[in-house]
Formats: sequence, C-alpha cells, structure tokens
Amino acid sequence: MMEKMIFGRYIPGDSFVHRLDPRSKLVFVFAFIIIVFLANNTITYGLLLAFTLFIILLSRIRLYFLINGLKPVLILLVFTFLIHIIFTREGNIVFELGFFKIYEEGVRQGIYISIRFVVLVFVTSVLTLTTSPISITDGIEVLLNPLKKVKLPVHELALMMSIALRFIPTLMDETDKIMKAQMARGSDLSAGPLKDRIKAVVPLLVPLFVSAFKRAEDLATAMEVRGYRGGEGRTRYRKLKWDWRDSISLVVLIALAALLIYLRT
Amino acid sequence: MDIKLQQVSYAYSMGTPFEKRALFDVDLEIPSKTYQAIIGHTGSGKSTILQHFNGLLKPSKGEVHIGERVIVAGKKAKELKPIRQKVGIVFQFPEHQLFEETVLKDIMFGPMNFGVSPEEAEQRARDLVGLVGLPNSVLEKSPFDLSGGQMRRVAIAGVLALQPEVIVLDEPTAGLDPRGQREIMDMFYQLHKEQGLTTILVTHSMEDAARYADNLAIMHEGRCVLTGAPRDIFADAKTLESYRLELPRIIKFQHKVEKLMDKKLSKICLTEEELALEISHSVKRESDEQ
Repeated sequence: MMEKMIFGRYIPGDSFVHRLDPRSKLVFVFAFIIIVFLANNTITYGLLLAFTLFIILLSRIRLYFLINGLKPVLILLVFTFLIHIIFTREGNIVFELGFFKIYEEGVRQGIYISIRFVVLVFVTSVLTLTTSPISITDGIEVLLNPLKKVKLPVHELALMMSIALRFIPTLMDETDKIMKAQMARGSDLSAGPLKDRIKAVVPLLVPLFVSAFKRAEDLATAMEVRGYRGGEGRTRYRKLKWDWRDSISLVVLIALAALLIYLRT
Repeated sequence: MDIKLQQVSYAYSMGTPFEKRALFDVDLEIPSKTYQAIIGHTGSGKSTILQHFNGLLKPSKGEVHIGERVIVAGKKAKELKPIRQKVGIVFQFPEHQLFEETVLKDIMFGPMNFGVSPEEAEQRARDLVGLVGLPNSVLEKSPFDLSGGQMRRVAIAGVLALQPEVIVLDEPTAGLDPRGQREIMDMFYQLHKEQGLTTILVTHSMEDAARYADNLAIMHEGRCVLTGAPRDIFADAKTLESYRLELPRIIKFQHKVEKLMDKKLSKICLTEEELALEISHSVKRESDEQ
C-alpha cells in the first residue's frame, strides 16, 4: 500500500547534479523559483523550459520519476489552466460555443502558467531526487546559520528535520504492519460505510502513537547516553565542500536571470 | 482446511523501478491438521509467504488455494473476510496491535468484527485468558499496563478468539525469556492436537521446528528449496549448511554423543527427551550384549 510513494524519494547517483554541494543546490533552487517569475513571453518561457530540460539531462534522472512527482499537483495544474482559458478575455476568439468563448490570450496564459508549474515541480524534484535528505538538512543548517544571531535555534531545527525525515519510512513500515495485523483480525479499512471506516482507523492510530512515543523516548535516551548536548562545539562527520561545480552553476543561474530580464517584454 | 501454493511469485512495488521480487515460483502444500514449519534465514521470503495464507498479499504470479477458495494472480479477489476468519495470523511482535482500553475489549475486537455476538465474544475472551496463562484479573486492566510477555499473550488470545481452523505463527516467541518461549510453544502444540488446528510456524529456530513440526519447508532467497519430514531433512547437514542453516542443537549434540560412544544411534532424535531415551536404550542393549 505504502510502497507506491515515490515523490520526494532520493535516488543515489553520480551525475554532475548529484555531486553539487547541497548548499549551492538549495540556493540555486530558491533563486530559480524567483527567476521563473521573470518570464513573460514565448521566448523567455521557452528558455526556461529548455534550461530545465538541460538540468534534467545533467542529473541523469529517468523522466519517469519526474512525471510521477507531477501527479500530486496535476489537478492544480489542470485547474489553473482551465481558469485562465475560461476567464481571460483578450485577443482574438479561437473557439466559440454559444456564450462560451475561448480567447487567444487565454490559451497563451494557460500554457505559460502550466509551463511555470511544470518547471517549478521538475526543478524542486531534481533537488530532492539527487540530494539525500540528510545533506539537504545539513545544507539548510549551514545556510540558516546567520540566523543564530537572532536566537533562532538553527541546530535544533535541523536536527528535528533530519529526525522527522529519518522516521518517515520507519513509521510507514509500522503502519503497514499494524494495518495488516488488524486486517487479519477482521477490521476492514477499505470497505463499508464511512462511519465504520473512520471507526476502523482507531485500531490503527492507537498502536501507531504508542510505538512512535516509545521510539521517541528510546531515541532520546540513546542520544543522551552518547553524550549529545546540542549543537555547541559539535564537529561534523559529513563535511560540506564548495567546488568549482557549485560556483559554475550559480554563475550560469545569474546569466540566465540576466538573459531573462533582457528578453522579457 | 488444506492450503496449497502453486508456482507463487511475489514482487513488492510491482511495476515501479523499486520493484523487488521476494518469492520465486513457490510450491507448497499444507494438508489439513498438520504442523508445518517454514524455516529460513532473514530475507528468505518467509514473512512474505505467510501473508499469502489469508489473502493479505495477492500473488503476482501463480495460485493460492485456501480450502475451497482460490486466489489467482491478476484477478480481483473479493470477500476475503471469511478466509481471514478461518486463517488466524499471529504476527511477529503481536503486542504492537493492542489498542483497546481493556484486555477484555481487545480480545473481543476480532470476533466482533466477524459478527460474533458480544456475549459470545466475551465468553471466548474469558476462556482464552486462562488458556494463554494469564490470571482472570487482567481482563479489566489496560493492555498497556501489562509486561511485554503478558501483552504478547493477550495479543495471541486476540487471534485465537477468532477460532480459526488454521493458525499461522510468525516467530511467536521472539524476545521472550526461555521459559515463556517454551510455555507459548507448548500451548500452541496442545491447541494443535486438541482442536485439530492446522498450524504453520514461521521461524528461524531449528529447535522449535525439530520439536513440534510434522513437515518442514526450507526457504532460501525467495525459493522453497526443500520440503519433507524433520528427520529426513536433518539427516543431511551438508545441504542445510548450503542454505546457511544449522542443525538443531539437539542433533549436533547427538552427533557428539555418537562420536563418544563410537556407534550410531538407531534414529535421529528431535527432542532432548527422545535422545535421553535413545541413549539409555542403547546403553542397556550394550550391557545386555556383554
């Protein structure tokens, strides 16, 4: 049941994108999200799309995973596309049925918005698909470091994130196991009226909470036993290394931004 | 109820790049009222196979016959509930499935799901508590106030309350103290004999397999590589070793004794009691001969 989740999964590899420092990838993606909004005509959107495809090629990720990442936002995508097509009333009429009219500008806006969506989802998917969750949190921790000055518990936040990420698969396995055990005892989660189905969730949730709390307690004890006392003076096992690749990719991004500003209307 | 697997294969995450095959063309026949042990190393596919016995997993290829019902790969299987009532599964660490406020309610949960009246379910719970070796006073307690071993017994009672014809046990004694292990295994054996249950024990304990099972099936890397009676299988230590399995301690001990006595005993002994008897016979015969 749970095995089908693919979105947000890390796929180990050794491509150019895989070897980038998580910090540069995070900055890159964050900046890219902003840059995407610079595009406003066919050339600029085409450029964005081409650039995204180039990144995908570089990352050597099979398109299958990216298409899969698109599935959760598919409804949103179709919805915004339709909204634009129906409600934009500019340009020539391309289709008419009674009082229902579709304008040229509407189609164009719809396509632009869709491209923007796809590009954003693809680039963020490439980030999560090529970077292990641990290095993402490492990267975030370092990038947020300046905020320590304003008393933001950066290390603790990063730790919470990595623990949460670490326990997602564990809890999924656990859910699957408990679900099967209760199904073997005749509880039915997938059939019957809604009321019964909601009731059937209780035998699933209670054991799940019990074990999650137990795990949290065990983890806390284990950390304490090994002398964990927060981020102060803590050295790193995984050192982040800024490489020529990272500088190049950021330079390319700046060039892209400049080009987009130049070409936009 | 007979259970029969025909050419069963199973793959997790079918049709995705994460596809992982866990079973390959497994053939296994478990006749009614026998005690079948399924042995294998971790990752040999034994936990996957047991979920086929009540339709929790459907084979990717092949057929599973459960009594009259046939579950065929690729076809929708409807109404699996009657099967689940007849085939009870005690999962590994079954205490993780407890959730009710009281032990009584938790044991009643299963039977009530299958439409048993509350009175009847309560009666079953009261009968079972003693059977699994708990005092009646636990019935009104919260299951989370019990010790690990007691929780295990409550969970087992919760499965037995379904009154299944086939009971599948997945490492039922993992993590218990030796005495608790023995008590629980003996209880299942007694049930098996008295109520004519078909019992399927999934384990990596060669000792339990030797002591209780009528038939063994050895799993190795997703295949069922060897089936037969314990005495036949344990006669061939070499083959077992090639599947990274050892002989039961008691048989190894028998080999040592045979070396010391410099003669073979008349049969392979599967339990301590049997071996003790065999040795005493053998010694007696020797002294009679002199």
